[in-house]
Amino acid sequence: MKLHPVVSLLVQRVALGLLLLLAVSVLIFAGTQLLPGDVAQAILGQSATPQALANLREQLGLNDPAYVRYFRWLGGVVQGDLGTALTNGQDIATAMGGRLWNTMFLAFWAAVIAVPLAITLGLIAVRYQGRWPDKLISAVTLSTISLPEFVVGYIAMFLLAVKFRVFTSVSTVYDGMSFADRMSAIALPVIVLVLVVLAHMMRMTRAAILNVMQSAYIETAELKGVRPFTIIARHALPNAIAPIVNVVMLNLAYLVVGVVVVEVVFVYPGMGQYLVDHVAKRDIPVVQACGVVFAAVYIGLNMLADVVSILSNPRLRHPK
Amino acid sequence: MRRIPLSALVGMTVTGAFFLAAILAPVIAPYGMAEIAGDVWEPMSSKFWLGTDAIGRDLLTRMIYGGRTTIWIATLATILSFSVGSILGFTAAVMGGWVDQFLSRMNDLIMAIPSLIFALVVLTVMPVTTTTLILVMGLLDSTRVFRLSRAVAVDITVMDYVEAARLRGEGWGWIIFREILPNALSPLVAELGLRFIFAVLFISTLSFLGLGVQPPLADWGGIVKENKEGLVYGIPAALVPAVAIAALAISVNLVADWVLNRTTSLKGGRG
Repeated sequence: MKLHPVVSLLVQRVALGLLLLLAVSVLIFAGTQLLPGDVAQAILGQSATPQALANLREQLGLNDPAYVRYFRWLGGVVQGDLGTALTNGQDIATAMGGRLWNTMFLAFWAAVIAVPLAITLGLIAVRYQGRWPDKLISAVTLSTISLPEFVVGYIAMFLLAVKFRVFTSVSTVYDGMSFADRMSAIALPVIVLVLVVLAHMMRMTRAAILNVMQSAYIETAELKGVRPFTIIARHALPNAIAPIVNVVMLNLAYLVVGVVVVEVVFVYPGMGQYLVDHVAKRDIPVVQACGVVFAAVYIGLNMLADVVSILSNPRLRHPK
Repeated sequence: MRRIPLSALVGMTVTGAFFLAAILAPVIAPYGMAEIAGDVWEPMSSKFWLGTDAIGRDLLTRMIYGGRTTIWIATLATILSFSVGSILGFTAAVMGGWVDQFLSRMNDLIMAIPSLIFALVVLTVMPVTTTTLILVMGLLDSTRVFRLSRAVAVDITVMDYVEAARLRGEGWGWIIFREILPNALSPLVAELGLRFIFAVLFISTLSFLGLGVQPPLADWGGIVKENKEGLVYGIPAALVPAVAIAALAISVNLVADWVLNRTTSLKGGRG
């Protein structure tokens, strides 16, 4: 049976993504296990007794060769067993579950607001290219790019929570909270995340549409006397879908990283906070697990971007 | 040499001032780096131009020394990432074949993990020292430089003068340093600015998370961390580094933009 070329392309792309994820898991494992320096020493510090070090090595299975430890770990991860935390002996998968959901909730609302806003602003910037709306949008987005996420976070907190008291400065969420309360608690982190990804997304959308605007069919439409906004929305936008989807996915992937810092700023109980806490405690199993989860989301989004751009290409969908 | 536009001049002046302040920190700082000179969170006054920090140290002094640490680490990390990234990138482009395949796929693999996450994973097991930070940041960032320099060098390796050098029997070292490097310099210099800014943001973020520069050494991210509690009481000390980071980032960008525009016009829009 001969597969449709799009299907085989997609299968290839997904297989490549999975392979990449496997390689990344090796890299993350290697990063924590094979570095110069003894893991047991790193956990216990310089003043540890030789006996304590030996016990810990035994407990962690550090005396086995590295590849045995890797496959044991990978076997667990594939079955959803992420190991137990060194610091408190808790099951990582259980501890992570609720936090992962919190982080997804935060990232979801940031994306829901940022994506349409960025595309609309990108369209406006193209429509008024070189005039004041374009310049204003460019200037504002350039300045948000020049600031690290945590600084944007504290500026927002200072203005909106301390000076004007619109939102709370700390985003406490707990089970059984009403939806409205939860939304008001995450308002500030969502605003910050939106600001952080909006700039990149909007600038790249603008560039993608401007690229299409140089095509011959756009000139034809202009000569026919079609209104400028209609040209952009009807002729340029559909042809810029693939690059724009790519931009959106890249930025959602970036959101995954931004979330780490923003959660720490607003003391939000999510994955990022969990990761940073355990890096400071040198809790290697937790850091490995978080690293793999973050990398999986990142690779997954990039893969999705490729899949959408393959599907949105009519030349691939309807081959001659 | 054409006239330098105003924006680039402003950028150069501000960037220069930052570097000068970083170099001359012990001379121009009004107090000692860790000296407790006044009360906790004093407002701005003629004695303390920017006020004092969470334990009564002069904020201006902390900012100057902080800039020294931040700029120093970012500069070294950028130099490292450019040396490693561009040499490997040029090598991949010149050698081609399996060397190129191997280096490029390894590079893709490292880029598949977000830098911050990878850095956090590595810093879990490595001791957090200035050297480690520079190495981790520089090597992670070299993947971006690798991509750019490989892309630029691939265009150059097909030029006649490179072929002439090959036929002359020059070695790889000559081709990379004497033929490709001079012709690839302009886009790389523009990228240098962006990578430097990225390094400043990166080290600030790590320090803010408590995993970068360790106290009592001052750095901009650390100053935000030390003074963040004050924000709730309306004390803006934690926002002072924000202004510095933004000013440095924007002024370096202005210079980089100018360099980039200059190169694009030189090569007839190809960059």
